[in-house]
Amino acid sequence: MPRTVLLVALVLVAARPAAAQVDFSGEWTPIRSMDNTENPWVGDWVGLPLNAAGLARAEGWDASILSLPEYQCRPHGWAYIYRGPTALRISKEVDPFSRQVLAYHPEWHQSTNMPVYLDGREHPPAESAHTWGGFSTARWDGDMLRINTTHMKEDYIRRNGAMISDEAKVTSWWIRRGDILTWINVVHDPLYLAEPLIRATEYRLNVNSLVPAHPCTAVYEGLDKGVVPHFMPGENKFLGDIRTRYGLPLNRPTGGPETMYPEFLRQLRPSTWTLGKGAGRDDAIPAAPPQPPGGAR
Amino acid sequence: MRGLGAFALVALATASLTAQSGPPAPGRVEGAEALRVIPIRGNVFMITGAGGNIAASIGRDGTMLVDTGSTAMAETVLQTVRDLERRVMATGLPPRGCVGVSAGCTWWSSSNFLPSTVAPPAPRPIAAIVNTSASAEHIGGNAVIASAGRTFGVRNLLDRSQLGAWIVAHENVATRLSPKGVPSVPAAALPSEVYFGDEKKLNFFNGEAVVVTHIPRAHSDGDSVVHFRGSDVLAAGDFVNMAHYPVIDVERGGSIQGVVDGANKLLDITVVEHMMEGGTMIVPGHGRLIDTADLAYYRDMVTIMRDRVRELRRRGMSLEQIQRAGITRDYDPRFGRDATWTPARFIEAIFRTLPTGS
Repeated sequence: MPRTVLLVALVLVAARPAAAQVDFSGEWTPIRSMDNTENPWVGDWVGLPLNAAGLARAEGWDASILSLPEYQCRPHGWAYIYRGPTALRISKEVDPFSRQVLAYHPEWHQSTNMPVYLDGREHPPAESAHTWGGFSTARWDGDMLRINTTHMKEDYIRRNGAMISDEAKVTSWWIRRGDILTWINVVHDPLYLAEPLIRATEYRLNVNSLVPAHPCTAVYEGLDKGVVPHFMPGENKFLGDIRTRYGLPLNRPTGGPETMYPEFLRQLRPSTWTLGKGAGRDDAIPAAPPQPPGGAR
Repeated sequence: MRGLGAFALVALATASLTAQSGPPAPGRVEGAEALRVIPIRGNVFMITGAGGNIAASIGRDGTMLVDTGSTAMAETVLQTVRDLERRVMATGLPPRGCVGVSAGCTWWSSSNFLPSTVAPPAPRPIAAIVNTSASAEHIGGNAVIASAGRTFGVRNLLDRSQLGAWIVAHENVATRLSPKGVPSVPAAALPSEVYFGDEKKLNFFNGEAVVVTHIPRAHSDGDSVVHFRGSDVLAAGDFVNMAHYPVIDVERGGSIQGVVDGANKLLDITVVEHMMEGGTMIVPGHGRLIDTADLAYYRDMVTIMRDRVRELRRRGMSLEQIQRAGITRDYDPRFGRDATWTPARFIEAIFRTLPTGS
């Protein structure tokens, strides 16, 4: 009997890849599921644990800023891009002598270099440059790859002005089950988040996917030199739209920790959108007032 | 991959150059634990921890420093620079890529083998210091470091004197350091070469053009930016501050509009490598190394703060009312943490320097 148990145990061990042998390299296509739409309305920070400063920062954001030359060719950063709609390619960098995996290199259509080092290197000092992808090192956590990312630039966590600072850090887990890759991101930001932001997305292995290049140079898009579009504190006229859409009373926030939990749903009143009558229709919201060009409004 | 390569190189080089834990190694610089040397590109390095940030170009022509840190850290900075000079000159690779004939390539520059088989050349002297302003955290080491340097010129031949390193600055720096004609710092700390107007070209140094550009009425009225054009590194001084809100020295002619204009001027100069990342690197007066995208965020912040104060003043609010209005609360976690240069003082500096009627 003991011999049989030992044999079964050996078979099970042999059937499972040992830690550090899961291969994440390949082409992956995103599975659009869960709450992953990422085409938000202005003011829709529901589900994001923004603190008071983070909410104030988001409320001052004006989408016109994206027309500035310095904003036009930006990629999506590490804290956001894994939820994007484009295919993912993960390449692995192998040491030719030891044949150890030294790094993984994930890339999407609109990303920069984002190496994930497994060679034991340390993170750079705080004074070093920051990048959109940050600086990532990883270690195996069983069959999962646990990635620690620092040195990111200030960047959005939702494409409507919800920002994290350049002091944010991200812990990611890659988990592979057959042809499914689960990517979990936990964003910690002491400056703009009251709690960690935990989100996940999934990819399916796809031998036909492509990651095209993203050449981009900035052009003049109509903003006068020196103008930085923004709203004065408390004067963002577009925040009412999201309240109308969700039936959210004026005294309730449109973002922050309390909007992360199911109890928040009780604060919503029926609206044309939540009743399904206005979904996808422009006439479900009040018409926005005309915008003057540039500057604070 | 160039961006990745550069980043990895920075990380590796930084690891080898930063202070190590454990007992002091032979020749280790006393007190150097506080300093950090960040290789940027080519011959150019950033030294942090000595007060204001310092940029250093080190190579076959000698050493050029942009600012010298605080007085208290002067000896430590000098020894750190000396140590860095020895490391750079002893490297098996030429400090700069040797492409073409105009970069001053010599026969040994193309060989990685020879420098490893013979003693490395001795470091060249500290030849020049450029001050980006008259602030104590940027000129404090002038006297000690300039005296340890050497300028070569006719006078060396005529009287066999040992002139210290040049100290280059805008003329307003010299004026501010000698109010009413009386120097407020040791004579050896005063600029020895001043310029007026928009810029001063320092010719080629360590194989690249070095251009000093005046930024009018920003942190002060004597601000300069130093552009190492080959390495494409800008040493900006205090009107670019990644540690806290920019200090606007109103008594020395600083203004919020100058800070905004200066940031936009730098954005005109910088070029990104790819997707708004890398390319021209900027050494701020304080805080971490930045690139164009970081500078754009900074430009946004100072512009938005100017706009808010201007708008509330236009609506008839007093300085005290504006200071209590909470208009900096979205940026305070990042830039409002300095105990002395508080958000209220920043607002006051904006308020006092906004053009009348704006």
